[in-house]
Amino acid sequence: MEISNIWYFLSGLTLLSALMVVLAKNPIHSVLYLVFTFFCISGHYVLLNAQFLMAVNIIVYAGAIMVLFLFVIMMFDLRKNQPESKSNLTKLAGSVVAGSLLVVLIALVRQNNFQTPQVQGFVSQTGMVENLGKVLYSEYLLPFELVSILFFVAMVGAVLLGKREAGERNF
Amino acid sequence: MNLFDSVFIAKASFIGVIFLITLGVAAYSTYFERKIAAFMQDRIGPDRAGPFGILQPLADAVKMFMKEDFIPANSNKWLFIMGPCLSMLTALMTSAVVPFGDTITIGDVTFDLQGIDVNIGILWVFGIVSLGVYGILIGGWASNNKYSLLGAIRAASQNISYELAMGLSIIAILMMTGSLSTKAIVEAQQNGHWNILYQPMGFIIFLICAFAECNRTPFDLPECETELIGGYHTEYSSMKLGFYLFAEYINMFISGAVMATLYFGGYDYPGIDFVTAQLGATAATLIGAGALIGKALAFVFIFMWVRWTLPRFRYDQLMGLGWSGLIPLAMFNVVVTGLGVLLDQQILIGIGGVVVFIAGIVVYDQLFVKKKLA
Amino acid sequence: MKLSNRTKVVEQGEMTLAERMYLPAIVGGMATTLKHFFSKPVTIRYPEQTRYLGPIYRGHHILKKDEQGAERCTACGLCAVACPAEAISMVAEERKKGEEKLYREEKYAKVYEINMLRCIFCGLCEEACPKEAIFLRHDQMVPVFNSRDEVIYGKDKLVEKMDQRYLREGWK
Repeated sequence: MEISNIWYFLSGLTLLSALMVVLAKNPIHSVLYLVFTFFCISGHYVLLNAQFLMAVNIIVYAGAIMVLFLFVIMMFDLRKNQPESKSNLTKLAGSVVAGSLLVVLIALVRQNNFQTPQVQGFVSQTGMVENLGKVLYSEYLLPFELVSILFFVAMVGAVLLGKREAGERNF
Repeated sequence: MNLFDSVFIAKASFIGVIFLITLGVAAYSTYFERKIAAFMQDRIGPDRAGPFGILQPLADAVKMFMKEDFIPANSNKWLFIMGPCLSMLTALMTSAVVPFGDTITIGDVTFDLQGIDVNIGILWVFGIVSLGVYGILIGGWASNNKYSLLGAIRAASQNISYELAMGLSIIAILMMTGSLSTKAIVEAQQNGHWNILYQPMGFIIFLICAFAECNRTPFDLPECETELIGGYHTEYSSMKLGFYLFAEYINMFISGAVMATLYFGGYDYPGIDFVTAQLGATAATLIGAGALIGKALAFVFIFMWVRWTLPRFRYDQLMGLGWSGLIPLAMFNVVVTGLGVLLDQQILIGIGGVVVFIAGIVVYDQLFVKKKLA
Repeated sequence: MKLSNRTKVVEQGEMTLAERMYLPAIVGGMATTLKHFFSKPVTIRYPEQTRYLGPIYRGHHILKKDEQGAERCTACGLCAVACPAEAISMVAEERKKGEEKLYREEKYAKVYEINMLRCIFCGLCEEACPKEAIFLRHDQMVPVFNSRDEVIYGKDKLVEKMDQRYLREGWK
């Protein structure tokens, strides 16, 4: 099988499942389609020989964040949030926002004339963990450390928010 | 094309063998679970089906298939069926990166005794383990039963909590080996340099987290029958229930194999050079594969031994142990290992870390806790 | 006042460090289960293996005969009266001429039935019997039954066979 066929198949699957995320009426189904979309994207990473990104994508997005999403959605009473309950105004507003976002994106792509990467210059080892680590810890050291500080701050904030104060009843 | 074919066939047959071993071990784990429980309680255990009850798994399988396959009326049918399938799938996928042995040569073709040798091996294990919770979560929610949902929610929060400590304990291993590939980790441990000597604390953390990730006692709160009837599989019957139970035993075996790979030298065993010299490389490799499976089975025994010894945790105790016990401990371990790698004194630092830790706790105890009393 | 000198004052103080870490206790528990792992099982595989139930076990009922082989029961009905579960019923009959070898007394039980579903094996029939005719034997249990037709035991199952007499220790 040609590798490009795999690419087309995977891209189609990605788009299909991404569409289903939006179209599915049941939020749980939406989340599961989103998980599947992440898997398809991980497949794309494998095609690009970026195994590390693929694994991290699965661990972080599919394995942790989406589990939390699912966790939260399961707590809802889904019958209260049926699509019928949304008014026409909400639907209109939603389509206007999404439509303008689409226009902006198309305009952006047309304006900037993205360069297609050359197959000849492609280094197959770029996505390997060692190379990625070297780049991250030399060229992009400062942004990397800043991101970690950002996460740390977010963590501290979450702990503070969740901390029980003296005299406060939580349940 | 010919080479591709032979490699493909070799890989496929190898994966088939691993599948059979895993499923066979999982099937017989149910039998040995009952036997070990019986022995520990001074009983005999199943002894009616065949000599010593050796055919009990077959009888159980027949029973499972014969039972009524019931789908609750208000459940989400497709997700209800998908739950156990996902559990089984994720349980079986992990073994792909476990190196069961060194290379083996048949004729003039050389095979790796490993499903896929990727340079992200450990991350693969980690990713699949983090996906394992979906089967439980989906099955529990689709049952449309409050006990199932509570079990599913417990499973999700428990798995996410213990994944962190598990990841941190693996990081210490990665720092020592300098590679994510399971094969490289095993090769770094050859000739008796097993990681358990350098990473005793990391191993304890990993072991506890493995118990939690497999939902085994003392962390089996998702199926805690005293509180939640059956937990996430309350509504399941027939072979769908069988899949859930089977997935648990497969997870036990695979996590045993992963622990053997990471901490107990994988397919390394004492006297491997002597065997290689006497019987040739192929025999040595096969004995090595046997050694790995033996180590994994020893871990399965430990899983069972603990199950029939320790009572179940309370939920807040479980979360307390995970977040305020194991994660700080794992971070301490990472720091100690970093020091060891920096000074190139890994064995001293590894053992020393434990000593310093215990000494620290004792000092803390003497200085602060006793004073509060007085 | 102390009844015995075995009183032990239990004080729940602050736990020591080792107790708070739980690890020594866990190791101790694991050692205990491992010890039991290698100890001998106490199971008796019942249908194949039976255990001695003691000299006064109350098992299967038996209607005794005397040394000459004559039935001792005279159908007085005291056992039926004593029975708290009302499991015993009987029909009396006068002894005919020539039946002296068969029945010891002048009146005998033509029908003697015990309903094993009702019987609670209390042994009060044995206590009540003035002729030492009914006993609950210590060496044999009422077998498991699968249908309701099997549970009413008539004289065919209750009367002692002369070739396998039931003798307790102390009777000889």
